Amino acid sequence: MTDLFSKFDPLIQQRQALLDTGVEDPFNLVMERVLSPTVAVCNGRETILLGTYNYMGMTFDPDVIAAGKQALDDFGAGTTGSRVLNGTYAGHRLCEDALKEFYGMDHAMVFSTGYQANLGIISTIAGKGDYIVLDIDSHASIWDGCKMGDAEVVPFKHNDIEAMEKRLKRIPEGAGKLVVLEGVYSMLGDIAPLKEMIRIAKENGAMVLVDEAHSMGFIGPNGRGVAEEQGVLDQVDFVIGTFSKSVGTVGGFCVSNHPKFEILRLVCRPYVFTASLPPSVMHTAATSIRKLMHAGDKRAHLWENSRTLHKGLRDKGFQLGTSEPQSAIISVIMPDLERGAAMWEALLHEGLYVNLARPPATPAGMTLLRCSLCAEHSAEQVQAIIGMFERAGKSVGII
Amino acid sequence: MDRAATAARIAELIEPFNKKGVAISDATTFAGDLEWDSLTVMDFVAAIEDEFDIIISMNQQAEIETYGQLVDAVTKLKG
Repeated sequence: MTDLFSKFDPLIQQRQALLDTGVEDPFNLVMERVLSPTVAVCNGRETILLGTYNYMGMTFDPDVIAAGKQALDDFGAGTTGSRVLNGTYAGHRLCEDALKEFYGMDHAMVFSTGYQANLGIISTIAGKGDYIVLDIDSHASIWDGCKMGDAEVVPFKHNDIEAMEKRLKRIPEGAGKLVVLEGVYSMLGDIAPLKEMIRIAKENGAMVLVDEAHSMGFIGPNGRGVAEEQGVLDQVDFVIGTFSKSVGTVGGFCVSNHPKFEILRLVCRPYVFTASLPPSVMHTAATSIRKLMHAGDKRAHLWENSRTLHKGLRDKGFQLGTSEPQSAIISVIMPDLERGAAMWEALLHEGLYVNLARPPATPAGMTLLRCSLCAEHSAEQVQAIIGMFERAGKSVGII
Repeated sequence: MDRAATAARIAELIEPFNKKGVAISDATTFAGDLEWDSLTVMDFVAAIEDEFDIIISMNQQAEIETYGQLVDAVTKLKG
């Protein structure tokens, strides 16, 4: 019998070699208690959270929690059903209405996760004979959506406007075209030149889908994302987003002005063939989305945090993913996986949690320590974080 | 451009990526013989696409494992 698991042997060996050095397992952390959006007890230590994508700190918002508790009492723990059968409750409509208002768009469709939103929308709208033109650094959910569908998949070099245009122009006459972009790319925290890319996509007759998972709530005048910030949201055919970052719960969505959008509820398999989100999640999400419409002060503080951390780490000698802070993600580039893991552990011992990211999730084979800031991080916490990085970086020999 | 000319041009484009100086024949594989990782493949495919002004989609790339198969595919795509 061929062991189907033998294909994982190289990864098992790499992982074992890393753990044999005595480093704490970076992919097996337990949050034992969560004290606030920015502090938890992890593996027995009180830890500042700097890797949770909880950008707007809505996880402990009293109104959000109250809405969830009320929905648990009123509607029960779960729906036990698909959105198209018995799984659409008042809360799902409430949430979709909040999204339509938040983005100023005609249609909104809630999925059980952000991953499923990309998987479902991309695989359903781009079919056989159509072309998907996408950035090579796209999120796994976008790639999996491409793989699940029947369209021809054509990647281009990250954020390379000319490479995208060349590929669009080579697509055979009459074929359907979908350009897939992200507002913020989560590995390095850089943003896309959406204004130019969307103009070119439209000139070449393509529909445009933009994943704004890492920008919702704080980029753009109304927190609608990078497309809003660059003044091109009205040119975007489909915005994909998530509730598991700024919104502070779980779920995914697509909003659109396409006149035939609602048919997707019947033909999109990752929407149809799964259970809908629990009512408590829908009521927390709807409440949070509505509060994010009026979160200008929090947005300003989050940007301040991002600028402070970026400058602080650069001044200490760390190599960062972007030369200027472009989002709430500050990515610190590590020389290799071994020292990246050692640095991650040293930070944890200092009382700081960040994400360790490594290939294949990262571009160009890089090992990254990804920091995602929160609007609830205080200025003092950000200064403490910079001090922790400095001490850990010196002890590991990175700076 | 006939097959021979296409083959010669592709061989030239392989050179900068052929770090180990592997001799190229129709049976040479990109992943096995040339030991290219996915990033190298992406850069190389972009170079081929730009040189011949074609698209080699990911779906088509999945069918191309050797130099000979690539030459055939490009010759066909160029019509």
